[in-house]
Amino acid sequence: MRRSVPVAATAAITSAGLLLAGCSGGGTSGSSGEANAATKGIVNVSNEKGGTLNYAMSDTPESFDPGNTYYAFVYNFSRLYARSLTAFKAAPGSKGNELAPDLAESMGKSSDGGKTWTYKIRKGLKYDDGSAITSQDVKYAVERSNFARDTLSLGPNYFQQFLKDNDGDGYKGPYKDKSKAGLKSIETPDDQTIVFHLKKAFAEFDYLVSAPQTAPVPQDKDKGADYTKHVVSSGSYKFQDYQEGKQLTLVRNPHWDAKTDPLRKQLPDKIVLKLKVAQSTIDKDLLAGNTQVDMAGKGVDAQTQAQLLTNSKEKGNTDNALGQRLNYMAINTKVKPFTNVECRKAVEYAVDKKAVQTSLGGPIRGDLASTVLPTDIDGYQKYDLYPQKYSGDKLDLTEAKKHWAKCGAGKVNTTILARNDRQEEVDAATSVVDSLKQIGVNAKIQQYPTSKYFSDYAGVPKFNQKNNVGLMMMQWGADFPTGYGYLQQILHGKAISQSGNSNLSELDDPEINKLLDGAVANPDKAAREKAYAEIDKKAMEQAALVPLTYFKVLNYRSPKATNLVSTSAYSGQYDYLTIGVKK
Amino acid sequence: MFSYIIRRLISAVILLLIVSAVTFGIFFLLPKLAGQTTDQLAQQYIGKAPTPADIAAVKRNLGLDKPVYEQYWEFLKGIFVGVDYKFGPEAARCNVPCFGYSFKTHIEVWPEIQSRLPVTLSLAFGAAVVWLVSGITTGVISALRPGSIFDRLSMGIALAGVSLPMFFTGAVALALFTYQWPIFERSDYVPLLENPFLWARTLVLPWVTLAFLYSALYARLTRAGMMETLGEDYIRTARAKGLGERTVVVRHGLRAALTPIVTVFGMDLGLLLGGALITEQVFSLQGVGAFAVQAITDNDLPKVLGVTLLAAFFIVLCNLVVDVLYAAVDPRVRLS
Repeated sequence: MRRSVPVAATAAITSAGLLLAGCSGGGTSGSSGEANAATKGIVNVSNEKGGTLNYAMSDTPESFDPGNTYYAFVYNFSRLYARSLTAFKAAPGSKGNELAPDLAESMGKSSDGGKTWTYKIRKGLKYDDGSAITSQDVKYAVERSNFARDTLSLGPNYFQQFLKDNDGDGYKGPYKDKSKAGLKSIETPDDQTIVFHLKKAFAEFDYLVSAPQTAPVPQDKDKGADYTKHVVSSGSYKFQDYQEGKQLTLVRNPHWDAKTDPLRKQLPDKIVLKLKVAQSTIDKDLLAGNTQVDMAGKGVDAQTQAQLLTNSKEKGNTDNALGQRLNYMAINTKVKPFTNVECRKAVEYAVDKKAVQTSLGGPIRGDLASTVLPTDIDGYQKYDLYPQKYSGDKLDLTEAKKHWAKCGAGKVNTTILARNDRQEEVDAATSVVDSLKQIGVNAKIQQYPTSKYFSDYAGVPKFNQKNNVGLMMMQWGADFPTGYGYLQQILHGKAISQSGNSNLSELDDPEINKLLDGAVANPDKAAREKAYAEIDKKAMEQAALVPLTYFKVLNYRSPKATNLVSTSAYSGQYDYLTIGVKK
Repeated sequence: MFSYIIRRLISAVILLLIVSAVTFGIFFLLPKLAGQTTDQLAQQYIGKAPTPADIAAVKRNLGLDKPVYEQYWEFLKGIFVGVDYKFGPEAARCNVPCFGYSFKTHIEVWPEIQSRLPVTLSLAFGAAVVWLVSGITTGVISALRPGSIFDRLSMGIALAGVSLPMFFTGAVALALFTYQWPIFERSDYVPLLENPFLWARTLVLPWVTLAFLYSALYARLTRAGMMETLGEDYIRTARAKGLGERTVVVRHGLRAALTPIVTVFGMDLGLLLGGALITEQVFSLQGVGAFAVQAITDNDLPKVLGVTLLAAFFIVLCNLVVDVLYAAVDPRVRLS
């Protein structure tokens, strides 16, 4: 479901976006007042400087340290004060998945068959204290974020996994290993150059270095876990004040130079992020204009959603964006009777997806899904191996019963897991239970908190075996928006672990594994995307999971904010780099 | 009196030790009984795909590799003598009273709680004043005019106050007085010493909402107590002696009816000082309650322990104050 060419073209050209916005809104500032406008183009395009941009969020991120975070919204927000080697362009929908060089002057140059990646850092870059940014600082940032996980434990460890010579008792991280050489698999021949040596070819390395973990950190300013209190800025804004768990205030970085940065605008004088604000209050403040952006970007709450959708004027200020995520139910291929593919196929046909979609919040919170890859990830191809037929609202179970008969399991008991702090997920699981009763599967729901879902329950194969867990509710989003970034953790056999496992189906198909390994080494993008589509189909042929909905959010687009564009790269959130405020 | 207070303080310390030990036990032993391994516990505090080396390092750094009693001892030691931690390039000192570092963010717990205390204290004491004044006044007037329109109306409102949950009344108050008619514009907490007017204006709605719940209870308690007391023989005697009605009601009637109210007040205030979880959530106040919710959500033991001990401390302290106040309220009570 790629966006149509005319729409994509409109979105890509800022001036056309201005025209579109100006026509429908009638205002000189380019306010469109059109529903979903920010999923098609940049809304309220403006270079107006000044003012305070107010963000709020209902929770509190564990850390603002670019090297110690794993939330998409912190990835998005941290770019204001931390420049990674590459970064996503501010563009609507899946156009926002496109990368541009940020700290680096160009995209990475690969050699050695894709096992070595070299980046040159732009000249003249400075931190907020005026000191120069060097390639050694980028190396140090990767070392501390990936190799000191007893201290900075919250982020991913892709570099640890992909860099050479770091298995077993390898490099211990900069807090323990005080040697000057540090990590051998990253070289910095001069202040501008950084070279990454990988274990194996990895064609999508430019995506990996877009993570804030490559944002430079000056070693002498690193305070370990406390660095979050005052991150040294390489971006357009710098820390003014941080009150742990309460508020973060950013102000302009005087040493940031627009000439060295094609991505940022530095429009507001100040950016204030208030934490732990009740979601209902955030929504009301957004509508009242007191807050311009809900930082978490999870969408408005159910009450506000109803209010917005029934008010035609306010509906024009909403964006119903795809979030590059899939709601699905994993089928455990290692627990009986689902070890038999025919049983799994019966489940594919039996789950009433329309009922589940309603439980998950209706079409506004997700379109019906039939593939593993969400529609806004490169490589997605539309197909449906298990088409469902409805007469009225009633699902036709003929195919389901046929496959269940082939499976020969008769009446069975199984357990389905869901997260007790995600009510919509529990509701969806309840709906699945009702559906499966029709074919003789008696499923019992077990609920666990999100914080332990992977470490203690769904992500522990032994627990699933012991407790007859055949089905698990799941939502998955990519760490980086490519087929590999999305599929590897949930379909590759090597991703199965004894705890914290995300391949919940425990699918270990040699063909899929080989295709994934081959695709990511292939420098040809088109060939990679073809392989991802093939992997998607193979996983569905195995009926390893039941795709339920392509996750969507309903965000309120504040008329008081400028340059708003909803990007797939950050789960449908607005791109935070260029937002300004109307005075 | 002095020796009484010392005895009570000693028993308070013992109680706090028991509370901390029980919290420790719940955190470590219950999941263990359900089959949780230390590796799984450690894994909750690491990001995705940790290697065995990562897990081992986290266990070592958080002290999870030690026996539970040893961890508990280390925790107690931290409170009384401080601890050295290393979550970065250099070792850092966590000064007394050290409640440890967050398992998740590795940031010191006590300074964070301390920074939130003024919000919680302001909320609890302010609301307490409102509910005591409104609740007791309403209760006394109702008791003096039982069956009157005021009595029926105020007791009806009191019933509504007890029945309506805080998340409802709070949301309604915000919708009406902040967004519909912006009498109390939404603003963040302002410290009392920085601007007393803004401090009060920010807190009026939370105070009134919280007091609506509690004053209802106090009005009913006061009314019941007063009605019972006013029917006593000594009240009749006081009136027969020709004492003024105000003296009879306030000095003889209310004073005697206050004893159970003071008891309940001690508990209520103590609980609130430990964090008004829902009120802080509804009004987005960054107090100890909001911190407690986050600690529980994150399954972060040092944070949970910090707020649990603080809440227990306030309850113990308030009860001690209440017991001392008994002597002032009721001359028959002697502390010994």
